[in-house]
Order: sequence, then C-alpha cells, then structure tokens
Amino acid sequence: MGKTLLDKVWEEHTVRTLPDGRTQLLIGTHLIHEVTSPQAFGMVRDLGLKVLYPNRTFATVDHIVPTDQRQEPFSDPLADAMVKELRKNCAESGVTFFDLPSGNQGIVHIVGPEQGITQPGTTIACGDSHTSTHGAFGAIAFGIGTSQVRDVLATQTMAIGKPKVRRINVDGKLAPGVYAKDVILHIIRKLGVNGGIGYAYEYGGSTFDAFTQEERMTVCNMSIEGGARVGYVNPDETTFEYLRGRPYSPKGAEWDAAVDRWKAVASDKDAVYDDIVNFKAEEILPTVTWGITPGQAIFIDEAIPNPDALPEKDRATAAEAIEHMRLPAGTPAAGIRIDVAFLGSCTNGRLSDLQEVAKHIKGRKVASSVKAIVVPGSQGVAAVAEKMGLAEIFREAGFEWRGAGCSMCLGMNPDKLVGDQLCASSSNRNFKGRQGSPTGRTMLMSPLMVAAAALTGEVSDARKVFGIN
Amino acid sequence: MALEKITQVTGRGVYVPGDDIDTDRIIPARFMKCVTFDGLGEFAFADAKAAEKAAGRIHPLDDSRFIGATVLISGSNFGCGSSREHAPQALYRYGFRAIIAESFAEIFFGNSTTLGIPCVKMSKQDISDLAALIERTPSIQVTVDLTENKVSTDDVDFRAVISIPGHAREPLMNGRWDSIADLVDGLGDVKSRVAAIPYLSGK
Repeated sequence: MGKTLLDKVWEEHTVRTLPDGRTQLLIGTHLIHEVTSPQAFGMVRDLGLKVLYPNRTFATVDHIVPTDQRQEPFSDPLADAMVKELRKNCAESGVTFFDLPSGNQGIVHIVGPEQGITQPGTTIACGDSHTSTHGAFGAIAFGIGTSQVRDVLATQTMAIGKPKVRRINVDGKLAPGVYAKDVILHIIRKLGVNGGIGYAYEYGGSTFDAFTQEERMTVCNMSIEGGARVGYVNPDETTFEYLRGRPYSPKGAEWDAAVDRWKAVASDKDAVYDDIVNFKAEEILPTVTWGITPGQAIFIDEAIPNPDALPEKDRATAAEAIEHMRLPAGTPAAGIRIDVAFLGSCTNGRLSDLQEVAKHIKGRKVASSVKAIVVPGSQGVAAVAEKMGLAEIFREAGFEWRGAGCSMCLGMNPDKLVGDQLCASSSNRNFKGRQGSPTGRTMLMSPLMVAAAALTGEVSDARKVFGIN
Repeated sequence: MALEKITQVTGRGVYVPGDDIDTDRIIPARFMKCVTFDGLGEFAFADAKAAEKAAGRIHPLDDSRFIGATVLISGSNFGCGSSREHAPQALYRYGFRAIIAESFAEIFFGNSTTLGIPCVKMSKQDISDLAALIERTPSIQVTVDLTENKVSTDDVDFRAVISIPGHAREPLMNGRWDSIADLVDGLGDVKSRVAAIPYLSGK
C-alpha cells in the first residue's frame, strides 16, 4: 500500500510512541520569534535545561517590529523589551538570529524559505499558526503553543497525534485575474473553517503542478484558517529550483543526494487518503471575505448572504458578522467603500505578490480617501524590490513603502486600524479586532484586489480595474 | 515532576455563546506584548466585554451573577485562529479550570490540555440545556467528570455525556498532562534518531 508524504515524514521523525499514544516527534527545524519564545526560554531555564540543538533553531523578529521608525529603542517600550529579550536568549543559547541589522530580518514564514532553511521531507515547528506555510515545500510544518516551544527547545521533540490526510485536488487553469489567494479562500469557503480539524491537507492537481513556490506558500499559509494545522504540496522540480543555491540549501554532491531524497518523499501514486475533495480551477472567481471568519467569503460578483438563507449551523455567526461589519445582507461585494489598503503579510508579502501588483498599478494613483501601505515580507524581499524599481512604482502611486514585518495583519505593532475603518487586506484573518481596533473591519482578498480597492476607494473587480481578461 | 491528577472539576459555570470564538477575542493581540504570562487573566475577552458595554449589554463574564465561575461553556470551534498559548493562559489565570464546548480548534485544545485545563465536547442540545439551568440558578455547581465522561450538576438532575480523546483524558487523570516529563525521558532516543536522518546528521 502506498504512503503519503505525511506517512513517510512522520515515520522518519518518530522518536517513540508516548504512554498517552501520541508520537514523540522530532522537529528537524525550529523557527522562533519574539512573541512566543520569551516565556519558553524562561521555562527551559526553570527546568534546569538548555537549548538542545541551537544549530537547528533559527530566530527572527516580526510581529512587534515597527515598519517605519525602526531605530532602537522602539517607541513602544514593551516591543523594545521583547526584541531585546529575544536577542539575549539567542546570544546565550547560540541560536542564529536574523536580527534587524543583519539584512535578513523579516516575517518568519518568509525568511525560512528564502534562506533555504525550509526543505522537503523535514518537520518544522514554530510558535505561530501560519507555520503551515512551509508545507509548500513538502515539509510537515505546524504551529505550536509556548509550552511546546519549550519542549522543542529542550528536547527537539514534541508530543503530537498523527493527523489524517485529506487530498484536495484543484485541476484546470485559473482564469486571468484569479490567483492562489482566491484558490485557498474558495477552498475554506467550501470546506469550512473547522473542516480540517484532525486533518493535514495535501494539495495537488494540475493547478498546483503549475503554481510557483510562492503561490503554493500562499495556499499552504491559510490551511490553518480551514482548521488544518498542516497543509502541504508534494515537492517537485519547481521546489528544487527554488531552493537551488540558497544560503542554507545543500551544495555540490550533498545537493544531488538531497534532491534524490526529496523526490522520494513525495506521496506515492497509490497513496491512500482518508478523504479526497476535487475542485475545478475554472469555477474560482476573485474572492473576498465579507465577515468575521475567513470562511465567510463571496465572489466579487456576489452579495453578502442573508443569514436565513444559510445552513442553520452558520446562521448565528453570519448574523454576528453582519452586525460587526455594518454591511446589511444583500450588499454587493463590489462597491463597498474602504478606508485602508494593506499589501503584505506572510500570506502575500513576497516578491511575486509585489511584482504582480506593481505591473498593473504603474502610472495610476491611490484614491485620496484611502491610506495604502505596502509591507515587503522581509528585508531580502525589500532589497530586491527596491533594486527592481518596484518601491518607486508603489510610492509614485501613493502607497507608503514600509520596512519588513507582520505589520497590519495583527494589532501588535504601530500599524493598526483606527475606529471602524474598513481594510482591504492581503492577510489571512478577519476576526473581530484582529487589525488592532475592536470595531475595525477586515476584508481579505488577493494582492491585486487590494490594489484595485486602493485605486478606486472601494472593493472592485480587479479584472475590470486593470483590464485583465 | 509531580502534577495534579485531574479526574474532575467542580465549580459554577458561565455560558459564553457563539461559534468560532477565536483566539483574538479570547486575548486581543495588544495584550501579548509581554515576556511572561503574568497578569494576562484580567484581559480575557477584553474587547468583547467592551463591545457589549458600548451596546448597552453585559458580557457574561462581566455579569455579576457569574463572577467566580470556573467552568466555561461555549459553542463550536472554540479557540480557533492562532496558536497563541496566551489564550488558554488568559482563561486559566482568569480562573477557569475546565471548558465545555461543542468542539475545539486543534491547537487551542492541545495548548489547554498542556496547562491542565480539561476541554470536553458536549452536544449542542446539552449545552443549551445546561446554559438554561445556569441562567435559572447561577449558583449551581457543575461537575466535569473525566472518570465517567459526563457533566452533571447538583440541585437538578442534569446529566450529559461528554467526549475527550484518550490522549488528553488519560494524561489529565494520571497527572502527566504536561508532556515535558515524557519528552525528557526520551532524550536518549532523540539523539539516535537525529543521527539517522541525513539533513540533521550532516551525512
């Protein structure tokens, strides 16, 4: 009987079965950041233990870092204390820190892949739920809580049950103006925000075969929003080419040996899945979320649903969403006025996201009613974008060009919504209060849809705004 | 390390209605700018409470009838969103010692169990019945019983079946709900596993 990639990686990384039946799973690569690590380091010290494998642990600062005025001390003393605490912990334990002065700082799920640290056939854990992003490389990667960060620091393992696997096929060709972000928003809309609980999502089909690594990362990133802690794509030539020559990628003879292993770790053709779901690429249109969970999504040509028309289990949350968003049922997606446009985050803060938008907005202007910011996902992405002239295109159009960090995705740094501002965002969560204001409102969409909203001042069909067909 | 064996939790209950109550609601991100978990308790549901107040309503956690409750009751997919352990930490420090819900998000469930907070699933109907009982008599004692997989109350003959996976239930009952002790026990095996994996052993 054939094995899935999950089976193969799980087997190879199983240290033993614990008394409670879960696996003591070896975590090959541990990524850490300033929010979920300080208490963990403290707990390790309290236990009289040390970081077991500092050379398999990599740190960056992303959640609390300002995207402008980044000189230290930061204006927020709590944020300043957190970066200094991480710096101290890394120095004491010998952990590599992609710190602000390094030129390689950025959002952890953008830094790992661009450094070549994220590799097929590995297990990766990080105290952040969007760790699922790294599954795009055929790694088994998942978010963990602070106590588990402690476990991984001290033992390089954690206790975890093996998930089932749902194979999600997307076949066909995406229509022009429809992107990877639309694909994952559509999948979550259909399968639900809790559909993936207990499952790893294995994404495949011709659409995924054709995706770039960055597109695969966008999809895997939001697996957790569908309830699936793990989401992955089988590694292939696209994966290997992305990794070739990166700082932490194997080189020379080691590279060839690694590629052979990476090819072998992909799911077998006769692998058995716990569930299989099929989607046709052609049926996916530009998608926006309208409510307070990532699953409350509609196509750009649809309207906010009437709760009574929804399945019973979705009605209460839909009514709550309508009240919070102050958008009545029946409001068409197109035409909703926005106040803020945010292009960035671990979902869509990569070079290809910036390139695609810059290509279309060149020569055009952000609406005077909109505050628009572009936050490159890492200092590396920023440097290349600047060299390519993308930063200049954004500035010319009226976007603020910022430094790398999580920024407005979550309200932990100065980039926050004010009052009930409505933000067109390329991030991954639209929960109440997510973007820093309790009454703030978020609509998730693809980078180009964010740009279309920024230019027109309202949620718009980017295909019409930019003449794409 | 000796942890308490948790076979049952008894206390007053409070119902926080809603499905998909996420970790940003349980503990807004701005309260996570800390290097310890101290003091997090007072900020649990901070924005939800403020929103109710602004709308002229009272959030269940601000309702004086339910102050001091140690059993939290909610809807489906409770704790969805972030992996932040700050969420169950805030609830624990607020005073909760058990959570009853229609279903739980996976990472939240794992984090809570590691802190010794039993998270048990109960049917929507039973939750509705229990909530009504508590509304009528806020002082009733709710017992979450892991030995018999049931929730019951004193005063009234309420009894409902609950479910919790064995890999959480047994460690809670055996006082091994924080897996660090078991993981440390396996350290010898860790090193040999590392040696056998090329990308880790440098072969």
